[in-house]
Amino acid sequence: MLSLTINGHEVKVEPGSTILQAAEKLGIFIPTFCYDPQLAQVGACRICVVEVEKARALVASCCTPAADGMIVHTDSERVLAARQANLSLLLANHPLDCLTCEKTGECKLQDYCYLYGVDESDFVGAQKDYDLDDTNPFYIRDMNKCILCGLCVRICYDVNGAGAIEFINRGFDSKVTPAFDDPMEYSSCVFCGMCVDSCPVGALIPKESIRQARPWELKSVKTICPYCGTGCGLELLVKDNKVVKVRGDLSNPVSRGQTCVKGHFGIDFLDSPDRLKTPLVKKNGEFRETTWEDALELVAAKLKEVKPTEVAGLASARATNEENYLFQKLIRSLGSNSVDHCARL
Amino acid sequence: MYEKQILICAGTGCISSGAYEVKEALDNELQKNNMEDKVRVILSGCHGFCEKGPLLIVYPEDIFYCEVTGEDMPELVEQHLVNGNIVERLLYKDPNTEQIVSNHEEILFYSKQKRLVLRNCGVIDPENIDEYIIRGGYQGLKNALDKDPSEVVEMIKNSGLRGRGGAGFPAGMKWEFAYRSQGDKKYVVCNADEGDPGAFMDRSTLEGDPHAVLEGIMIAGKAIGSDEAYIYVRAEYPLAIKRLRTAIAQAEEYGLIGENILNSGFNYKVNIKEGAGAFVCGEETALLASIEGERGMPRPRPPFPAVKGLWGKPTCINNVETLANVPLIMRKGVKWFTSVGTEGSKGTKIFALTGKVNNTGLCEVPMGITLREVVFDIGGGIRGGKKYKAVQIGGPSGGCIPESLLDLPIDFDSLTQAGAMMGSGGLVAMDEETCMVDLARYFLSFTQNESCGKCTPCREGTKRMLEILERITEGKGEAEDISRLEKIAVTVKDSSLCGLGQTAPNPILTTLRYFRDEYEAHIYDRRCPAGMCKELLSYYIDPEICNGCRACTKVCPVEAITGEKKEPHVIDEEKCIACGACLDRCKFGAVKTK
Repeated sequence: MLSLTINGHEVKVEPGSTILQAAEKLGIFIPTFCYDPQLAQVGACRICVVEVEKARALVASCCTPAADGMIVHTDSERVLAARQANLSLLLANHPLDCLTCEKTGECKLQDYCYLYGVDESDFVGAQKDYDLDDTNPFYIRDMNKCILCGLCVRICYDVNGAGAIEFINRGFDSKVTPAFDDPMEYSSCVFCGMCVDSCPVGALIPKESIRQARPWELKSVKTICPYCGTGCGLELLVKDNKVVKVRGDLSNPVSRGQTCVKGHFGIDFLDSPDRLKTPLVKKNGEFRETTWEDALELVAAKLKEVKPTEVAGLASARATNEENYLFQKLIRSLGSNSVDHCARL
Repeated sequence: MYEKQILICAGTGCISSGAYEVKEALDNELQKNNMEDKVRVILSGCHGFCEKGPLLIVYPEDIFYCEVTGEDMPELVEQHLVNGNIVERLLYKDPNTEQIVSNHEEILFYSKQKRLVLRNCGVIDPENIDEYIIRGGYQGLKNALDKDPSEVVEMIKNSGLRGRGGAGFPAGMKWEFAYRSQGDKKYVVCNADEGDPGAFMDRSTLEGDPHAVLEGIMIAGKAIGSDEAYIYVRAEYPLAIKRLRTAIAQAEEYGLIGENILNSGFNYKVNIKEGAGAFVCGEETALLASIEGERGMPRPRPPFPAVKGLWGKPTCINNVETLANVPLIMRKGVKWFTSVGTEGSKGTKIFALTGKVNNTGLCEVPMGITLREVVFDIGGGIRGGKKYKAVQIGGPSGGCIPESLLDLPIDFDSLTQAGAMMGSGGLVAMDEETCMVDLARYFLSFTQNESCGKCTPCREGTKRMLEILERITEGKGEAEDISRLEKIAVTVKDSSLCGLGQTAPNPILTTLRYFRDEYEAHIYDRRCPAGMCKELLSYYIDPEICNGCRACTKVCPVEAITGEKKEPHVIDEEKCIACGACLDRCKFGAVKTK
């Protein structure tokens, strides 16, 4: 174990731990934009800088390993000045439409500006001026709000594997965008929505929730995705008993926050008037609602009427492997080998 | 048997001022006089004295001709080679004493230098390995191969050699880290991504003495236990790349690169990777990312490359000039090397001397030499008898050093204390007509353009600093701008990810430290003391001189000039946009600035 001192408090951590992890252990807050514990750290945003005694410059706590005997200050004047100035620099190049911005209330830039008392930028000058990209049905990309932390790029490469977006240009003109600066629709994006979940500001906004609710009005309900048998954990954000939006559940051991397009964006069926809520039985050429008890009884009766070889079973990808196994066992035990599966959703 | 040997400098500077034409004319002339068998003509590497190029030296008498052209060759061949008379008009003339000098070692530009790393540049044919070997080449490698790797590391540590790429980190320590790192594969990387505007030390070394760099690389390889190296050289250096490729091929042919070198069991492979010219790729982690095919963006350190470098393997990365020092240390010993330089900075440093001095070019000086000696002796003082003002040392990462510090010894620590840095060796001299705010603006426009965009302070901060500097030089500076500049500069320096951002504010911080009054004059008095910032000049017409020819009224784009024909005219300062068209147009010198 290594022993270091942060703001006068001693803490012991495993070798390989970062200063940020050591601070977390002490309950000391350090702001972050580009940090994500599930990814390799890049130290890009510099908001997490801290002062390490004897170090020449401030260091990024998210990617600097803790060392034995290290003396760290997370709230010195020098650190606060750097954080304030960097926030001011970000703010100078960020639209201030917080009144109507979807991210208000859960925007890290807003939270930190509040925390460090940065109410307006001292450094007025040129600003980004990009067109919105809303060419896809799922989310809007507003690169004018992007603070270039790169979380979406890393999630897309390292977690999803789609590699749909990258930085183009350099310096002040840097921008995250698909190859050839094409709209998302024409990229290799699979619309898993993980970039949307990772964005610390309002650059990536799910379309379904626009003007539906403020973050503080939403209740979080954890559930398992109903689509396929993988069983990914989802966090439903609910207002007035209506699901407004969905994000991956980071605490779920199966999916650890990962999602696909269906689980993330396929929620419009929930309140659809066409949604089936009971079994239907055809009577006189017309489907009528019925109970599960009646429906199953009807199926059982029909099965008795026909020869086993006249029975075929069709299972669903929405069921788990175990459920599908049991289903084929049921059909075979009836004496039929005609079992199939819809293969995918 | 040749009677004479002629070296024509074929560094990039001399080539662009016509060295190849000189060679062609000389060959023709020799052929006409049937002297091809008596006179050997060699294209050598850079001699350093680019100001006076193309350069030509006749041996064995060692006569140094400068600013020669193809048209001079008939006279040179007839007078010097046939009749034995020196062509005096082509000799060097000291700009201050007007004295004519025939031997290059007597020229102040050369006599104050100590050419150790550049010992072969301009002396040997860089495309001929034999010439390198005759002058002791590859003896250092042989010595290293006879030693235990730890002994080689120890020697470099004891030599006190510090990295010549900028920060001056002790090379021996770097080698030791890489030597101690465990790994089945290790790399040596030679950083030849020289990017400072106006700096060409590394290019000249690679072009003039490529084997010295290769030998240094292999000694480093032996020391750290590596069997493969990459030379990352910018694609804008085609001649350096060509000569490196030739040198590698020749060394392979001689068994000096390849399997079982000199029967030692040591194997080595050297690759060349051409960089696409991003300044940030000179930063070691961005350079490694670029070799790996990634976008050239720096990565956080630690882990340092010595632990986790190229493709995750322990990597020793050194600059060209650092590696070119290594064979000398291995051949001549630590004691010899440490006899040159100061306590904390051993050996020599090569500088690209440019700006308002009489002698621009490349010079290698012992550490500890004063700025005064470099500017006034080697550089021959300020051009046109103007007043010296400052030097910018270390390129866009460096800082400005004012006249009061002219006697500052040039070494890593003194320069850092003065707020500048050794950098890779750019040295720009400035006279009284250089505006220091505009100078800072120039360097910021460079770093702003080259910022990779990865980290917030550098990406956003360099842009804002540049905007403020532009505003000030355009006469639109605001009272708070100096404090804004200081605030951003300190933040960018203190919290940026890599060396580019951490040093980008240096030109601002040093000019603010030494020339704050110039900033204040721009902001409060709307005046550029050096008379350089166009928008701050106000134009007027001297009624004593103006004859009312009306020429200026016709070129003025905003009709700011009025006056009757044949009567003195007047410029309306409210309307004038200070474009300078009237000044250029007036044949009588009646239009003046204040």
